[in-house]
Formats: sequence, structure tokens, C-alpha cells
Amino acid sequence: MTRELWEGNQAIAEAAVRAGLEAYFGYPITPQTEILEYLSRRMPELGRAFVQAESELGAINMVYGAACAGVRVMSTSSSPGVSLMMEGISYIAGTEIPMVLVNVMRGGPGLGNIAPSQGDYNQAVHGGGHGDYPRIVLAPASVQEAVDLTMLSFDLAEKYRMVTMIIADGCIGQMMEPIQFPEMKPVVRKDWDWATNGKMGKRERRLLTSIYLDPYEEEKTNLRLLERWKQIQANEVRYKEYFMEDAEYVVIGFGTAGRVSLSAVRAARQEGIKVGLLRPVTVSPFPSGAIEDLAKRVSGMLVVEMNSGQMLEDVRLAVKGRVPVEFYGRMGGVVPFPDEVLGEIHRMASGKITADINPRDAWYERMVAMK
Amino acid sequence: MQKEIIIAGFGGQGVLFGGQVLTFAAMDAGKEVTWIPSYGPEMRGGTANCTIVIADDEIGSPLVKNPPLAIALNLPSFDKYEDELQTGGTLVVNKSMVDRGPKRSDIKVIFVPCNEIAEEIGDRKLLNMVAIGALLSVLPELTLKDVETALEAHMPERHKNLLPKNIEALKRGYEAAKVQ
Repeated sequence: MTRELWEGNQAIAEAAVRAGLEAYFGYPITPQTEILEYLSRRMPELGRAFVQAESELGAINMVYGAACAGVRVMSTSSSPGVSLMMEGISYIAGTEIPMVLVNVMRGGPGLGNIAPSQGDYNQAVHGGGHGDYPRIVLAPASVQEAVDLTMLSFDLAEKYRMVTMIIADGCIGQMMEPIQFPEMKPVVRKDWDWATNGKMGKRERRLLTSIYLDPYEEEKTNLRLLERWKQIQANEVRYKEYFMEDAEYVVIGFGTAGRVSLSAVRAARQEGIKVGLLRPVTVSPFPSGAIEDLAKRVSGMLVVEMNSGQMLEDVRLAVKGRVPVEFYGRMGGVVPFPDEVLGEIHRMASGKITADINPRDAWYERMVAMK
Repeated sequence: MQKEIIIAGFGGQGVLFGGQVLTFAAMDAGKEVTWIPSYGPEMRGGTANCTIVIADDEIGSPLVKNPPLAIALNLPSFDKYEDELQTGGTLVVNKSMVDRGPKRSDIKVIFVPCNEIAEEIGDRKLLNMVAIGALLSVLPELTLKDVETALEAHMPERHKNLLPKNIEALKRGYEAAKVQ
């Protein structure tokens, strides 16, 4: 197959089309508007549904309705817009229906800016909507990976009847890279045994709801969600390793921070430092097992993020204090350059790090001193 | 092999498209390549720039602080990237838009009167292609032929009539740089 040059946002849109996306509901916001713009032309061209809703609240509730009917459905937004969708996401999670949401994250909090950020990690992975619900979160680091994960996200969402999010950032959304698209899949509206798609007098009535007035019934639902989550944790963890065979140190970063770290790791290798990179592809489920194993054989870890150390806490949980974990982050839409990460690798490899210091506090002190 | 290139100038000078032409050429030559525009306030008038990374292996950072190669199509870009270029790097400068010589002696600066050459060919908008041609003289990873083929393959059908002049602009820029 020939390679084509695509911008990240448009590639995500086309990948969703090829995955058999039947309906899209969204509202424009930079830096992901190209997804919506592309689908506004492409979806009607194929006779599929595209609606620019009156707001993000409208869009997510249209997604809710379409998902209940068993339609392959997606919305996309960027940080402030995703915050607006949170109520709907919780309802969708509580109703146990599949949906795909792409968050092309930007600098925040608040209105923030339109520069690339990873500040919504906690919102995507640990929180966001109210109530007790797990969710699948995928973090692409390239345009090709954004395509592949978009295709995968629909299958995962439907297999586990679970909210599936893709968290990218303005870098992935706006950059162009050569990619290969998978074959176009037809739109197939499956007659799921839960879908409220009209009984037509032929079957029992189905009910989809997120209301369980009896707490014991709600708790049963919570347990059912956890049961599926256990399967996801067992089967769907994905990550990529680089230069790990003989690594004494490891850098951990996802998405854009992960690929920036790859440049730094390569530079450090040229200097003879035995450092590798682990890049989580699924940040939920998190590759805790792989990181726990690494903690038994490396001398130190460096977490690099475009936020104030949100994934850092998940790494520390997996490491359980076995080895020192260091942190380097840039915030507010600042993308780190490889030389900054290389400087941190030098510090880590100098052997002066210990597990006694809170890595975020230490990083904060360095940031303040730098400014 | 990995080479990073920044192309900078005013909005309207064809900075982003110029970069895309290189990106297409690198892709068609079987290389890994990334193209990323600067965006944000600077997109609304003022300077525009894009970063292209060409490599044999998976590309890490799509952004680079100190590139080995850059094109400055105007004076603000010359000021900025002369400072940021790697030691030993090469900066292609649009001589038509700057009124000073180089400050650094540890980099190579190639001055090409891109506007004048483009006007001689008959279309001032070709200035970006003149500059790309000049850059190719110091980018052995891509040949003039690679870029010509990429233009031919990826130029929108409605602009295909402009192909010969684009190719002429590439060649004129290449020749102007070669003699320096």
C-alpha cells in the first residue's frame, strides 16, 4: 500500500470513517476543528450522519442517543469542550454502551490556550464524570498510531460496552506524517442484544438506563463494570519499548512527550548511557505490570509529561518505591525539546537520585529556580 | 540519518507549502518525515514557520530548537534563526528581504535573491520554490529530481499548469546557491 501524507486531525477523521463510523456529533474547537470540518464533508458524501450540534452538551447527548440504538458513533473535542461533555460521558458509562471520544488536548486550565498539552490525563484516566466508572484511554504518539488507535477504539468500545477515549494533543492533531490507511470497513449496525433499536413487535422490550434507585442494584452495576474492567486490564494493555534490552535506566512518557523522549534517549545512547524508553499506548488500562517488572531490573526511572506529573502517580504506584522515580514536565502548552529531557537523563544517570524525595516537589523546585 | 529543517517567513510567502513539498519528496523517496506548522497567534499575520524532520528511522521530536538547516524568507526570520542554527549549519536567506550580512561565522549563510529570481521567471509567488531549490544544494538526502517528481505527483490538478515554472524556480535557486 502506498503511503499518503496526512495531517493528524484529518487522519483521525478518515480512520473513523473507515472503521464504519455511522454518526458523528460535535462542536468546533481548536486544535481539533479539522476533524469536524473533514467529517462535515465526508459523512454526507457517504450518506452517513453528521451534526454540528448547538454545543458540546448537545453533541454528547446526541452521541448517547445514537449509541443506545447500536450505532457506531463518535464525538471529538478539545479540553474545555471535553469538560462540558463530562455529564454525558458519565451517563453513557452508567448506561454501559459503547462510544468513542477524541480529546485533542490543549493548554489549561480554564480557557487556557490552543498549544499542545497533556493536562487532561487525570480527567481522562482517573476522573472527569461523576460516579464510579472505568474507561479505556488510548494515547497515540504519531499520525499512523492515531489512525490505528482510532480504528481499534470502536472495536474496544463495542467489545466491552465501554467509554473509549483517545487523548492526543495539538502536535499530533496538526502535524503531517506519511501513513497507510487500513481498508474501508462497511457500516454495519449490529443488532446488539442490548440495543434499543425498535422491537418491531418481534422481541422483548429492552431497557437502557443509568438510573438505579436501589443502591444494591447500583452496586451490582458498579461490580459489572469492574468485572469488564478486569478483562480489559488482562487483555488490552498496550505499550511500546525502545532500547530496553540492556537498559539501566528507563524514561516513561506517552504521546508527544513519549516521542520527544525518544529523541533524548537516542542522544543519550550515543553518549553511551544505557537508557531505554517505555511509551504507554493505553494509559487506561495502564501498563503497571510492565513497569513493575522494570522496577526490578533498572536503577532509575524518569517520567516525562506535558503536565505537572499526572501519570507520574500511576508510575509510582507500579514501582512501589523499589527504584527512584524522577519527573520532568512542561505545562501550559509548552512542548519540551529533546535537550531538556537529555539533561534530566544526565541527572538520573549521575547516580545522585534517591527514592526518598517526592519527585514532583523536586521538579517544582528546579522549575522555580529555572524561572 | 536525520536532518531537521525550519522554514520561516511572513504569512503569504509560501512557507507552509514549501515545507510540504519537501515533505512529499522525502516520503516518496521512502524516508520517514514529519511536517509541523507553528500555530497560534503567529498564524494570524506576522511570521509563519514550519519544521520538517527527515530520517531513516522512526522520528522522535517533530520540533527542534537548534536546526542544522533553515530558510529565512524575511529579516525577522533571519534574525531569529541565525541565532538558533546549530554550529556548522546552513541558513538560506532571501536576500531580497534583508539588508544586512551574517553575524555568525560558525555557520554557512547562503544569500539568494528569491523575489527577483521569482519575478524573472514571471511569478513572485514562486519565491518559496527558489529558496527550496537553494536548500537542496546543501541537502544531499533529497535531489532536485525527487522534489520535481513530488511536485508533479502532489500538486493539485488545477495548478498543474504552473508546474514548469515551479521546476524552473527550484533549478534557479539550486544554481544560485551552488555557486556560493
